[in-house]
Formats: sequence, C-alpha cells, structure tokens
Amino acid sequence: MANEICFRTLHLDTSWSLEAYQSVGGYSVWKKIFTDNITPASIIDELKLSSLRGRGGAGFPTGLKWSFISRGAPGQKYIVCNSDEGEPGTFKDRDILRFNPHQIIEGIAIAAYVMGASIGYHYVRGEFFEGFERIENALLEARKLGLIGKNILGSGFDFELHNVSGAGAYICGEETALMESIEGKKGFPRFKPPFPANYGVYGRPTNINNTETFASVPVILQHGGKWFLELGKPNNGGCKIFSVSGHVNAPGNYEIPLGTPFAKLLEMAGGMKGGRKLKAVIPGGSSAPVLTAHQMLDLTMDYDAISQAGSMLGSGAVIIMDETTCMVKVLLRIAHFYAEESCGQCTPCREGTGWMFRILQRIEAGKGSLKDLDQVLEIANGISGRTICALGDAAAMPVQSFLKHFRDEFESYINHQQCLAQTI
Amino acid sequence: MPFIEINGKKIEAEAGSMIIEVADCSNIQIPRFCYHKKLSIAASCRMCLVEVERAPKPLPACATPVTEGMKVWTRSPKALLAQKAVMEFLLINHPLDCPICDQGGECELQDLSMGYGQDASRYTEGKRVVKDKNIGSLIATDLTRCIQCTRCVRFGTEVAGIRELGATGRGECLEIGTFIEQSVSSELSGNMIDLCPVGALTSKPYRFTARGWELKQTPSIAPHDCVGSHIYVHTRRNQVMRVVPRENESINEAWVSDRDRFSYEALYHSDRLTQPKIKLKGEWQTVSWQIALEYIANRLSQIGSQHGANAIGALLSPNATLEEGYLLQKWMRGLGSHSIDHRLRQSDFRHQEGAPLFPGLGLPINELEQQSLVLLVGSDIRKEQPIIGLKLRKMALAGGKALVVNPVDVPFNFDIALKSIVCQGNLVLGLAKIAKALLNQSEIHFAKEAAWLASIEPEAVDIQMANLLRASGKKMIVMGALAASHPAFSQIKALTQLISELSGAKVGILTDGSNSAGAWLSGCIPHRLPGGKSVQGEAGFTIAEMFEKALKAYVLVNVEPHLDCIEGAKARRALEQAEFVVAINTFESPSLQKAVDVWLPLAPFSETSGTLVNTEGQWQSFVAVANPFEESRPGWKILRVLGNVCDIPDFDYETCEDVLAALRLEIGTPELTVIKPFCVDPIEYLANTDEIIRIAPIPLYASDGLVRRAPALQQTKDAGFRGLQINRTLATRLNLVGEAVRVQCEDCVMQLPLLIDEQMPDNTAMIFSGLEDTVSLGGPYSVLKLENI
Amino acid sequence: MTVILSLKAKQSIDAWLLKYPIDQKQSCVIHALKVLQDENGGWLTEGAIEAVAAYLAMPKIAVYEVATFYSMFELQPIGKHKISVCTNIACLLNNGDKIVQHLKKRLNIEWGETTQDGCFTLKEVECLAACDGAPAMQIGQIYYENLTPERIDDILATLEPKEIKDGK
Repeated sequence: MANEICFRTLHLDTSWSLEAYQSVGGYSVWKKIFTDNITPASIIDELKLSSLRGRGGAGFPTGLKWSFISRGAPGQKYIVCNSDEGEPGTFKDRDILRFNPHQIIEGIAIAAYVMGASIGYHYVRGEFFEGFERIENALLEARKLGLIGKNILGSGFDFELHNVSGAGAYICGEETALMESIEGKKGFPRFKPPFPANYGVYGRPTNINNTETFASVPVILQHGGKWFLELGKPNNGGCKIFSVSGHVNAPGNYEIPLGTPFAKLLEMAGGMKGGRKLKAVIPGGSSAPVLTAHQMLDLTMDYDAISQAGSMLGSGAVIIMDETTCMVKVLLRIAHFYAEESCGQCTPCREGTGWMFRILQRIEAGKGSLKDLDQVLEIANGISGRTICALGDAAAMPVQSFLKHFRDEFESYINHQQCLAQTI
Repeated sequence: MPFIEINGKKIEAEAGSMIIEVADCSNIQIPRFCYHKKLSIAASCRMCLVEVERAPKPLPACATPVTEGMKVWTRSPKALLAQKAVMEFLLINHPLDCPICDQGGECELQDLSMGYGQDASRYTEGKRVVKDKNIGSLIATDLTRCIQCTRCVRFGTEVAGIRELGATGRGECLEIGTFIEQSVSSELSGNMIDLCPVGALTSKPYRFTARGWELKQTPSIAPHDCVGSHIYVHTRRNQVMRVVPRENESINEAWVSDRDRFSYEALYHSDRLTQPKIKLKGEWQTVSWQIALEYIANRLSQIGSQHGANAIGALLSPNATLEEGYLLQKWMRGLGSHSIDHRLRQSDFRHQEGAPLFPGLGLPINELEQQSLVLLVGSDIRKEQPIIGLKLRKMALAGGKALVVNPVDVPFNFDIALKSIVCQGNLVLGLAKIAKALLNQSEIHFAKEAAWLASIEPEAVDIQMANLLRASGKKMIVMGALAASHPAFSQIKALTQLISELSGAKVGILTDGSNSAGAWLSGCIPHRLPGGKSVQGEAGFTIAEMFEKALKAYVLVNVEPHLDCIEGAKARRALEQAEFVVAINTFESPSLQKAVDVWLPLAPFSETSGTLVNTEGQWQSFVAVANPFEESRPGWKILRVLGNVCDIPDFDYETCEDVLAALRLEIGTPELTVIKPFCVDPIEYLANTDEIIRIAPIPLYASDGLVRRAPALQQTKDAGFRGLQINRTLATRLNLVGEAVRVQCEDCVMQLPLLIDEQMPDNTAMIFSGLEDTVSLGGPYSVLKLENI
Repeated sequence: MTVILSLKAKQSIDAWLLKYPIDQKQSCVIHALKVLQDENGGWLTEGAIEAVAAYLAMPKIAVYEVATFYSMFELQPIGKHKISVCTNIACLLNNGDKIVQHLKKRLNIEWGETTQDGCFTLKEVECLAACDGAPAMQIGQIYYENLTPERIDDILATLEPKEIKDGK
C-alpha cells in the first residue's frame, strides 16, 4: 500500500495532466458535491472520521479546523494553501506540485465550498518555479472545464484560485507570516489570537492548510473517511508522505500508512548507505528533536508514537544519519539555518538563534569549552515558549535534543577539538 | 466589567483591555519596551511576559486581553525567569557604553536592566555593529544601540502618517533605517526621540550637552501655534537645554511638534539683544534701561504733540502674551492712539466690526477628531498647525471625511475625500461654487447671495462636496493661513458662513501665532478695547492702514515686520520713513538697523511668566523657566514701566498676575454683538483672469523670529526658500526654459530658480514668503510677471 | 533615478494585480520586484525600488523592507548566473561540502562573490527542498541535483560564455 493518496497519479505518463488526474477519479468528488448536493457538514464529518491531521507539521485535526468557519458567515472569506515548503529535509510538497497539481486544486476547491470562500490563494515558495508553473497550467485546464471560476459546473458557486509565490523566506511557511507575505509585507508572524479563522488574509476569516493536507481530501471523500482512517491507525488516519533523506541508498518520498514501522520505511528507502550503522534520525524535519537509532528502530511512523518518544512527526521529513555523522556539525548547520531564517521580530529568537550559532561555530572550530554546552542549552531554554511564533521553539528543540542524546560526543569534540566519529 | 487578580490583588478591569493596561492603572510595574499606550501592539520585545493561570507558557501582558477571573503574576518565578531571559537577549548585542550614551540616566533599558539584568554578561561572541544613518538635522542615530522595538516605525506609520523609518533586513540583521539615507521629514519627527527606549535615536541639537539628572524640569506652554501644546522646559544652571512634551490628553496628547521642540535652540542666538540700545545721529549706543525708557517717553510725547497721537502705531506679535498685549494697548491708548494691531499676516479687514470676541476653532481641539466631516479652506495644515494636522488625521482614520479647498495641491498625511484645487489662489471662486451647489439644493432662500452667485457653475466635485456636507453629522469648516492672508478674506469668511448656514457646519479658523485669540481679548486691535468693547469714537488704524499712511512713530513688540508682516517690503519702507521706531524685541534684526531707533531687549517665553489663549479659548499661564538673559526683561515689566514714564494712570502692577487680574476684571462678561459675516458687498473674484497669481505660504520654520533662528530646524527641508514653483503647462505657455526666471511684482524684479511642480494649478506661482530672500517681492496673491532671463 | 517601468513590466504587474482586491495593490510588491530584478540582470537598483513604490502607491521604505527581507532579492550587482547552493542537512550529509569546495575552486570565488567575467555569482542558500537529490543547487529557475564535481563542470560548461570555453 504506497502512493495511493497524493501520489496516486505517479505511475502515469505526464501524471500532472488533467487527463491523468481524471483517469484516477480526479474531480469526481468535486462534481459529485454539486450533482448530489453534498452538504459542507457531511464533508467535515467525513474528514473528522478520517482523522486526517495537518500535514504541514503541526498535525492539527483538519476536520475540526474546517469547522471553524461556517459557510453562511457573511463577508469575504479566503482559503489559502501553504506550499511554502522549506523545513530542511522536507520535499514532499514539491513533488505533489510537480506531479499531481490538480489534486491540490480539487482539495482547495472543496474547502472553499465547505467554508463558502470565493477566493483562494495558493502560495508557493519562490524557488519552486516548476511547481508554480504546474499549478498555473493546471488552473488553466481546470478553468477551461469550468471546475474553477464563476458559476462552477452550473451550481451558482464561484471560486477563483490565485497562484502566488514568495521570494525566499522559510518563515513564510508560518501561516500568519504567509498571510503577511500575500499582503505584500515582510513575513513577520502575527501575534495570536486572533487566529486566521477570525482574522486572516486582509483581516478576513481564512482557512489555511498544507499542500499535502489539501491533496489528501479528494481521495478521502472519494473512498470515505472510514477507509482512510483504517489505512493508518486510530487518531493517525491514512497515509502520509515521508521524505527520506540522508545516509540511505534510495532517498525519496514514500507515501505509506501511518503506523508503518520505521524499520520498514528505512528498508523501502534502500537501507543504510554503504551498509553503515544507523546513528540517529530526525523524524519530522529539522525542528523535530533528534532520536537515537536505538529509539527509532522500535518506533512506528505516526504522530502518537513519535510524540511518545519525545519528538514529533512534523512534516514527515525523515533525516537518516549513520555512524560517521558528526553531530556537532549537523547541529551547527541546523543552528545556522534558524539564525538565517529568524524574521527578527521578537527578541529571544532574533538574539538567541545567532548566539547559539556562534557558540556552536566556536565549538566546531575547536575553541569551545564544556561550559559552552550549558550556555547553549540555557539559550535554547530561554527562547523556548517565549516567542510570537513556533520558530523559536523550532530553533530550540534541535539544540535541546542533540545535547540530550549526544552530549558525550559534544564533550569529546570540545576536548579533542575535533570529531572522533569518522569524518563525513 | 471583569474582575482579575494581579499578584493576588483583585482589580476591576475595563472589558477588552490588556493585562498591561490594567496593571498600569493599578500602579503595578510590568517591564516593557515595544509597548506604548499610543501605538499599536507589536508584542515583539517579549519583556512584558507574565504568568497567567492555566496558560502553559508566559504571556505578553501587552497583548493578552483580560478575562473574568484571570489570575496574573508579574513577578512569580516563572514570570521573572522569562523577563530575565529576555533582558539577557536584549543586552547581548547592546553596547555597554552607557557612560558615553546620551540616553544614559534616562534610558528605559538601563533602568530595567538594573532590575532584570545580570551583573556580568555571559555573551562572549562579537557584538553586532550597525552603521549609523544620517536622517536629518533633528535626530541623531546610534543604531548599534537599537533593540528593534519598532516604536519609531509605528509612530511614523500610525501617528505621523508618513512611513519614513522602517525595519529592513531580517533576523539579527533587522535594523531601523530610512530608504537609502533619506532624511526624515515629518513635522512631528522629534517624538521618536522620546519614544526610543534606548539611545538609538537621540536629539541631535541636545545630545552630549547635559545629563538628565542635571536638569530642572518646569512646565510651560509652547509659544508658536494656536494649539498651545503643553511642554516641559528642561534647564540647567539657568539655561534652557531642551524642550519635551508634557502629556495633555485634551490638547497635544503625548506629542509635540518639531517646531515647539527645537525652537529653544534660538534662545541664545548671537542676534539676542543684551542691553537697551539707542541710535543717536546714526550711531548705536548702549544705554541703561532708564535712559532708554525716558528717551522713548520723550520722543513719543514730542511726536504726539507735533503730529497728534494718531501718528503713533503699535504692532504686536501674535505670539506675545496676554499680559504684554494688555499693557501695550493700555499704554498706546493712554498716549491717545488706538492704532494697535497684531494681525500681521492679514490684509483684508472689512467687517471686523461684527467679528466674534476672538477668532478660533469654536470647539475643543480634541473634538476635531470626532467630526464626521471637516472642510479645510486654504490650509497646508501640517505646516501651519502640526498638532491640528494630527487631529484631522485621527478623524480621517476614524472614518471622518476631509475635504479641501486649496490654492495648491499640498500633500496631507491622511486621506482627502474630495479636493478642489483652485487656480490663481481664487479661494473665493472655489467656495462660491460649493455655496452655489448648496444653494441649488436648498429650500432656504438667500436672494441676495443667489443673485450674486448667478453666474457660478458648480463642477462635479463641488456638488459632491455639497452632498457630503449636507449628509454628514458633526461637521466643521476650518480656515487656515492661506485663507486669512487672502485679499478677499472677508469674502471667504462670508462664503464659509453661507456654506455653514446651508449645511449646518460650524465654522472655525486657525490663527497665526500662539496668542491671536489673546490679542483680540486684550484689545490689541484698532477697533476694540479689552473684552471686545468697541472703541468710542474713531477706531485706530489697522496694520494695513498704519503702513499705508506712513506714521511718524511705530512701536514693535516682538515683531520683525519685513518677515512677519504680509507685505514685508512695504512694512520696512514705512518704518524707514518714520521719525521714530521702538523695537521691544528678543532679537536684533540686522536688516532693520536702518529703520529702528531704539532696541529694547525682550525676554522670550522661557524668561517671563505670562498667559496664552489657544484656539479653543483656553487661558494657559506659564512661568519663567530661567532668569532673563543679560539685561533683557519680561515684556510686561517693560511695558509697565513705559506706562509709568509716560505718566499713564493706573499702571502700578507689581506682578504678572496683577496684570492678568486687571485684564480679567476689565473683560468681565463680554457683551458683544456678533454679526455673521454675510455677503454685504457683491462678491469679488468670481472669475479668473489670465494673470499669474502668487501663492506665498510661510515655510513651517519661518513662522517667527525664534523659529527662524533655530539652527537645526533651519537645516531641514521645511526651513525655507526653494524658488519659483509653477506647473509645466504654465512654463511651456511662457516658454520658460532656463534654470532661473525673471520675476516681476509691481516695481520689484528678481531672479529666482525655476522649479516645475505639478502640484501647482494653472496660472499660479508659489514663492514662499516670510524669508529674507523674497522680502522685496510683495505679498501673497499679488500679480506676477515671469520671463526668461 | 527612478526606473521607468517597461511596457512588458507594466503588463506583467497589471496582470498579477488582478489576483488581489483592488484596494490591496501592495500585495503585488513581491511580484513587481521580481519582474524588475529579472529585467535588470538579476538585481534591484534603488531606482527600481522607487519605481515599484510609485507604481503600487507604497511608501518607498515599505518596498525596501520587502526587498531586504526576502533572500531571493539582490541589492548589489550580481553575475549573469546566480548559483544558489544548498548546504543544509541532507546536502551536508551527502558530501555537499566537497561540492562547495569544488565550485569555489573552479570559479575562484567565495560565497557572495562574482567571477571576474561577471558570469557567475556563488550564493549559499537554505534548504531547497530537494533533499532526495542532495547535494543540490539552483541556477536561475533550474534545480540541479545529485551533484558531483564532474557534473558541476558539465553544467558550468553549458553556461559559460563561448570564448572562455574555447580558450580552455
């Protein structure tokens, strides 16, 4: 059971075309909504039953989120698709965009119908020119068939979806920063509350979901929430894409049922490169706390199991590190990333991310002291939970977890001014 | 209203308010940097994190609304841990250079670091260095000290209405700046100095001159515009070191204009008169007060007996105090002359008889922002009355409509719903069209006016304005300086009155200087005594008549007529031909040396007590903040002794308060017949000609002698002379090609730089007045001839 | 000097503006800056920022804030081809540092520098979301994945000016 949800066209030639999509049942749900007068409430019920959770990283139950904005509420409402994929290790949305754009559009359109939004924005990160074009062309095709636009399929329902793009800022993956970016501003996350469901794009009620979340919806509604739920395990319904990278023979996206053992996923990804031993895994993108090989090999890949082990499933980016990996260098690179991508708005993150990076840089250069490890941990604790958005926590968690599981290695590095694991 | 508990104390809170507001009202200290009660909430500095019951993480007090039964701890271990962590983050990149920082001693970061900081820094990496930017002559930047609270950015965006500063870059490199070394041009920019919690933005003129703890703070009233902003003057050892706003919610809120803030710099200008001086046989002699005053008494008595008291006239600055005005007119009238005037920038005095007690806004300043419509007539409000500009901006932001009838398309910092830009400065025609549109819709008959306006055709914008005027609730017509200086000001007043009658709008006017209202009240007008009582017998001369009739003697009180009067050249000529001119001025004007015979050193606002009446009619008294400089003396004392030496009865005032009490007594309860300024004559200016008419605004920083001598203000864009501004159509029509143009006005010819400005209407040329460069060119709304050189 | 917008630029901005409510022109700022950056050989002049501000009725500083916030905007002249090299975790784990070394040596420039002939600028970027093809880089709109020193040589050869190739 692989590649049956977001990647269900992947086996076809020009999988991104309208024909390919329709050949696997694409847009049948969208049409059925109008022919069978399916109510928004029943769609939300199906989604709740499916236990679909947000695929962008936070894992919030989608059906619940969709119930925050009611179709009948007056005034302009917006649907936003977050394709600002940038969490290091994550590359699933890029492939959905490139290989199955219509399914994203259908998912967004369904959301628009459920919440009564006549305008949607699809926000793609600036670097994804190919993905942007695929959506753009798919929108053209969909408009031609009257699937998007005015009076869709004669139903009287209007929905226009606009494809827009960013220009290089990880923080715009944060939903309120993304909205600021749509509005033509710097990507500064907004203080919440108010939440987007009340105050989103242009201050109007807005529903925002990740690309993979939207793309999962048509299939769920086609086969039913129960079917999807049973693909995975309770509270962790369905299949999810795992972006496997690092020291494996076949890095790539694997869309598999939640609850699949990690060992199985590792095997699907071709096993460890060069037959070396697994050392550590970041199971959900760079923000997720690192886990040791020992922990991972017993885990199943789902929200609850990973969470119980002290990390998070996040975006599903599984970064595999073998025995030769220098944990100091990896953490330094992660710290560099957050210092680089902090928006600078609030104090702990603006100042703390740079501070942590500089200390780690000094350690890596062989000029660290053991005291630095406590210091860097205190900085992480000082940021954690005290910022406007989750980037502060995201920057803190790697530091906290690397030092929790691999402190010996950091101490050894400081004492020997170099890494004793084989150089990578 | 919900009850909440802060640190165990039960407090009734305003529903919807934030924790920090409730704490502030209850005197519970919560540290903060980005929060400011007058700005939007950023919630970004994180200094105000507090512990809230049932919240897993500490919450920012500035952005967390209160809820019934909420329990807050501002100093619990959890709150303190968070606050201390934030403080450490703020300090890692902040230079520890307090001893050489101008903010030292009055720095919010320094203060809070005493409570929340650690003894020693744990930060051993290199500190961030940010390149300073030159943002103009008023504000010094030291951006390495910036803690990115963005108060300055929010002030510009939200209050001043000009987004000039921004936060560029991101992350650690987020820095405050302008777009490529552009100077900040807001007329309220100095407020950012007060808002900056650290030493990143400091006052360029003040910096490094004193420490906060050396300064003595005295409340005072700003002496430049009809708002009368509340200020504090800070002095050290009897010298004024700086001016800062004094909060007053009903007038200037927490702000003060740059003019009011930085004009103090001129107080010790080298032009400052230090001793009485007499010109004898063309030679200047420094003399004692007694000699000077007796000399004046003798000469005036001589002239009076030779030519009659009508040959003596007095001009008073509209910035002079109520007490100065009262004594001046009492002295003059004691000598037998009613020729006293303060309306320096007005030329049309028709219908002054029916004027109200004093010209003013007619309602409290803070009610402006509650209007649903304001029609501005002839005003560059931001450059005339900065604080009123701010109030109108608040009105517009709250959904009120601002309409404008102006002779030039000046920029506003708020949305203008409709604007009518008139050609040739013809405000009369502009208003006539609106009045006509209203007349057309009206059921009330104004037969005479209708007949006079028969030929007027309202345009679409006039009809829209008329519709809005009729439809709006609270509404107001406000006239500004460009209207008051118009040669048909009486007609403008008549038409605004007509519009008012037809639409129900109130009418107000914003006058020059800080005490025009007081000058009217105290009788510094030729036709009225204090309290609006009519002069018995013949009225004195208006300022226009005083110059036209070439009097034998003039007394000036804080007036530099060539710059302060509407037709500077004419004024100076009149003085120069006079036998005797006394100038009771703060500054010696080099270009008046020929005209003046006696200089008496007058103490400026900082060295005298006095009272100013603002546009809403508030009497605001203030005291001296420093002793008079050298031999200068407060105006009321000088005038009191002049009264004595001239043997005028009842001139025995001991204190400034005595003078004020006498004036109050004399004003009593004014009984006054106000005649509405209806169109009593056929209306002039109802058609445009093909002449080129000059618009002659006074630059923001040329409004009075103090401002003109304030160095930092003079270095700003708003200080002065630009050249001749006309639109391209006119330049093309006249085939003006060079960089300079030959400008002729009556018998004066001069060359001026040509500036093409598409804000100018057709057949209209703007040349600033009130400047040495253009003194000889005649007054506003005069006819110009333009030619290539 | 404010840049005069080309007809093509105006058309592109106008078309994009249709995506937003009419009173929200500022929303188009990122797109407008991209259009002007592309027209100007990959970087934004002060004049371009002023032109965008004027066209979208925005304060200049607001445009400048955006131009300095997003990493794909360049405010200094850059080479004809901007080589954006990912050095994030997956690329690091897959010998990305060797790729970086090779590029620096081959082009004889450091991060942020441009080759003397103005052909290439080397820029370190964050995760490109191509971790399955690590190490990866982007030149213009194209992703290049599974990089090896040899593959880099081939790619650069197709982009280098012809005379240099001949001279080798």
